[in-house]
Parts: sequence; structure tokens; C-alpha cells
Amino acid sequence: MADLSRSKRWSFNRIAIHATLLVACAVYLVPLIVMLLTSFKTPDDVRTGNLLTLPVDWTLIGWIKAWSTVHEYFWNSFMITVPAVIISTFIGALNGYALSKWSFKGSNVLFSMLLFGCFIPFQVILLPMSFTLGKLGLANTTTGLVLVHVIYGLAFTTLFFRNYYVGIPDALIKAARLDGAGFFTIFWKILLPLSTPIVMVSLIWQFTQVWNDFLFGVVFASGSAQPITVALNNLVNTSTGAKEYNVDMAAAMIAALPTLLVYIFAGKYFVRGLTSGVVKG
Amino acid sequence: MAALELKNVRKTYGNAAQEALKGINISIDTGQFLILVGPSGCGKSTLMNAIAGLEDISSGAIILGGEDVTTVEPKDRDIAMVFQSYALYPTMTVRENIAFGLKIRKTPADQIAAEVDRVAKLLQIEHLLERKPSQLSGGQQQRVAMGRALARRPKLYLFDEPLSNLDAKLRVEMRTEIKLMHQRLKTTTVYVTHDQIEAMTLGDRVAVMKDGEVQQFGTPQEIYNNPANLFVASFIGSPPMNFIPVALDQESGRSVVRLQGQGERIAISLPMLQTALADGREAILGIRPEQICIRRGQIGDLPLVSARVQVVEPTGPDTLVYVEVNGVQVCCRLAPVDTPEIGSIVALELDVERLVLFEPASGARIA
Repeated sequence: MADLSRSKRWSFNRIAIHATLLVACAVYLVPLIVMLLTSFKTPDDVRTGNLLTLPVDWTLIGWIKAWSTVHEYFWNSFMITVPAVIISTFIGALNGYALSKWSFKGSNVLFSMLLFGCFIPFQVILLPMSFTLGKLGLANTTTGLVLVHVIYGLAFTTLFFRNYYVGIPDALIKAARLDGAGFFTIFWKILLPLSTPIVMVSLIWQFTQVWNDFLFGVVFASGSAQPITVALNNLVNTSTGAKEYNVDMAAAMIAALPTLLVYIFAGKYFVRGLTSGVVKG
Repeated sequence: MAALELKNVRKTYGNAAQEALKGINISIDTGQFLILVGPSGCGKSTLMNAIAGLEDISSGAIILGGEDVTTVEPKDRDIAMVFQSYALYPTMTVRENIAFGLKIRKTPADQIAAEVDRVAKLLQIEHLLERKPSQLSGGQQQRVAMGRALARRPKLYLFDEPLSNLDAKLRVEMRTEIKLMHQRLKTTTVYVTHDQIEAMTLGDRVAVMKDGEVQQFGTPQEIYNNPANLFVASFIGSPPMNFIPVALDQESGRSVVRLQGQGERIAISLPMLQTALADGREAILGIRPEQICIRRGQIGDLPLVSARVQVVEPTGPDTLVYVEVNGVQVCCRLAPVDTPEIGSIVALELDVERLVLFEPASGARIA
């Protein structure tokens, strides 16, 4: 037994697998490390030092300056993301419920057409959308941007919820109907309490999508209403004066932090929700 | 007054070529226990869903307690249903499951509590009230599902194959319990099953269904003793009825069939068959395994068919003996003390009064 396990532990395949994983890990982590290290350096340190060396003096001036430049946009992003995520998740859940449990004539066709939304590139809808927003009087407003994100996200959230609800037995709905519950009562009392994993999936997915969005932000918002992704781009692309890499890196970290935190705290639900959907759906 | 009346109920799914229900007419009285039984795909579940209002029907009428409910929403039909999968609400406790229907109907809280207690006591699930369905065994879930139906005291109870997810022992226990409950509460019930034993043991009335049609509607005894056609005869009964190909002939003014086992052909007279029908035509003779017994020694001039024993299957309470008659295997159900040896020749006595005859092509009953 001992020999077997030793040979297993040190077999060529094992070493190859671990080596590959370590390389992959490094590929993903080194840029992050460089960003973090740079953000804590002084501008002088950045200019003279090597990319991968530790800061000579650990300092927060980069972070402080970055925050003072982008914090307004940071909150803009929150004002856009939070309502967009909540509304698109809620409507997606309702859509998925109706499509899976109250199928009507043409509901499958409707669902397939809705799925097209998942495959439409952002660029395609820019012009028609700005035209529509203009007609609605929502051009260059946060509300308009929220609306765009809700509409764009619906295809995905509907898909998530529809596939999750397909796996929930119809008998449950029948039982509730005979118990006297209507469309919305069944949704609130029976299905929504069962939906935690898929709600998490939808929230994480939508949060990442909306928070990281650059294109819609740069097109449909302007000036002080812009999200942080756009502000970050503006900051980094400023051509006046010396390049402050420490500030750029700190600002990039600030922009990335919320999605990172969402993954750290809700990541297990994400995996669980996705796999449960796969097995049942 | 009929508690439930189905009038020429028809149902066609979408663009399906065949009707799922081809004109069902059934009527039961208050307090009766109706069984819908048949093989899978016979339309029994469709019919139950139609009664519940979960599926629309194409034509016909469903009358519940004198009121036409054909187009009434399920929630307004005053019906409760027990599902095969139990369909307990997974996020609610047993108490909340039972109370859900009452809560939706805005029953006062003290009444709900009293009703939950009554039902829990009735089903002996008081100690489970605060648990979630996932913490219950199959049998316990089954009880809770019944409790949920009983709590509302509806006009009609529907059971959709409620026992088929239980293991064999529990199934028999729950069957007796459902029967006991029905005898005590006298609830009008419609019960769907594919199990002919459940149909025989539980029902006041049985509707045997096939291909969207009711083949026979009657009491379990009528259906067992007097099957309307070959399908009903073969579906009800275990081991199934024996079907022996025969020719209907006449002999000295009586209708007879001739049976041949081992040895000469023996003419068996058929008192129930008019001689006019005995014109040499082909027929299928139906006889249940318990209607054949083995005679030891000749008694009077009773004609006996002799046959060779091929297989002996002792089941415990009785022994199944297989012999060959007219080229087909025939099962006889005997008391264990009667068991003959394999390979021996036995003399079979048939209970001629209870023989049934069917037409080979259509399966219709001749006599």
C-alpha cells in the first residue's frame, strides 16, 4: 500500500498536472500582484524599481489619490448596478416561472426568441437604443442606463430561472392551485423560497456584467453620470503630466473590488446554482 | 343526487390524431370510492386532471354536487388532491403544508390550528408537525399529503396513484389505512391506479379504462366475476384469467366446448350459452385459476379433463399449478395440500357455472 501511494503521489502525470496548474495560476496571479505592489509604491519607486520588486516605502498615496478621483463614479456604478441587478433578476424570475409553469400557446417560441438576446453583441443595439432612450427622454441619465442593462440582462436571467424552474415538479404547482393559490401567490409562497441558488447565480452574473460594463456606460452616460469603468479609462488615458502608475493601479483595484468581493462571498452559491440547474434541467 | 357526474367527457391534446378521452360517462354517489384503473396511457390520469380542472376538456360536462364545474377554475372547484409524488411544499413545515390551503382561503387562525390538530391526530402525525418534508420518510410524506387534502374538507378527494412510490410492505399498510379512513369519514373519492389489487380492495365502484374509453364500470365483484370483455378479464385478477381457444358446438341439444389435455377430448356443457350461438364458431373460453380444481377419482359422470402437470409454484397460501389444455398453458390455483407432482397426470374439474366466453377478434363477451 505504502509503495503504491508513494508511486501515485510522485508519478510523472501528477507532477505534470501540478506544474501546469502552477503555471496557469501564475499567469492569472502575476498581473494582480504587479497591480497590488505598484499601487502601494511611490511614483519615484515605480520609475526606478523593477516591476516585481516589493515597494521600498509602503504608501497609500496612490490609493488616496485614486479614491478622490473616482469615488463619485464608484457610487454612480452602484446606483446603476444595484437597481439593474435587482430588477432584471426579479423580472427574469417571473418570466422563467411563467414560461416553465404556465406554458401557453407559443410559449416555447417566445422563449427561443428571448434566447436570441443572449447572442446579440452589445455593439449592435447601440444606435437603436440611443434612439429609443432619446425618444423616452432618458438619454444620458442613470435611469436610462439602468433600463438598458435590465433589458439586456433579461435574456440571461429568464434563461437561468426558466431552466431552474423546469426542474421543479409540476405537481407542486398543481397542488398549490387546488389549494386555492393564484399565479402570484404560487410564485411568492412556493417557488421563490425554493430559488435561493438560482437567485444567487442571477445576482452574481448580473452584478459582474453590469458593474464591468464599459461600452453602454461610455455611450449612454456622460460627464458626472458615468460609471467607474469609464472613469477609470479616462484616468488612465490622461496624457497631461507624468504617468502615475500607482494611482492607475489603485483605481483599477477599486473598480475591480466589488465583483471580487461578490465572488468571494457568494461564489459557492454560484457553482451550486449552476450545477443544480444542469442536473435538473 | 350524484356527487360527481361525468357526461360524455372528451379530450384531444393539441393536434394529436387520437382522442385521449373518448366520451367518458361515469356517475358516483356521495361517499362512494371510485377507482379509475388501467394500463399506462389509458387516459386515467388525464381524466383525473380534467376532474380537478388542471386540464381543459374538449367537450362534455363535469358536474360536481349538482353544479356544472366544466369551466370553473381548479381553486374554485372545492377539490383536494393527493399526488403520486406527494408534492409537499419543500420550504414549509408539515404544519404549514397542511394549513396552506386554509390560509389562502382566509380561514381564521384559531380554526386553522384546530383543523391542523384534528387532521394530525387522525393521521397520527402530531409529532411531525414542525418538521420539513425532507426530514420525513416516504410513508410519513404520504400521510402529510393526505392530511393536506383532508384539512380543507372538500367536496371531492382525488388520489393520483398515491401508493406507487412506497415499498411493497408499506403499500399494503397504507392501502388498508386509506380504506379505513374512507369507511370512517365517508368522503367521496376518485382514486387513480394501475394496480388491479388496489382497484379490487379499495373501490366501491371501479372504472376499467383502456385507450381513453371506459371498458367497464361497476362494483369490483361485478368486474371480477362478470368482465365485459377480454381486456377487462385479462387486466383484473392475479394470476390472470386463463384464456383457452375453443369451438362452440352442440351435442345432444346442449352447447358444449371440447377440451383436450393429455388424452381424449372431453365435451364440457355450457349451461349459460344459447344453443343458437353454438354453431361451431371459434371462441375464447375464460376461466379463473381458482375455478379449476383437481379431482382425485371419478365422482358420478362429471366430465373431467386430464392434463399433465408442467410447473408447480407454491406461493404459500396456495399453490399455482400449470397444465396444458388445448395447446395453451393453464394456471390452476390449488390449496397447498392438493399439490400434485410434476409430470403427473391430473383430472381437472372446471366450475362450469362461472365460465365466460369471448369473441376472439373483438374481445367482446359472448356469454
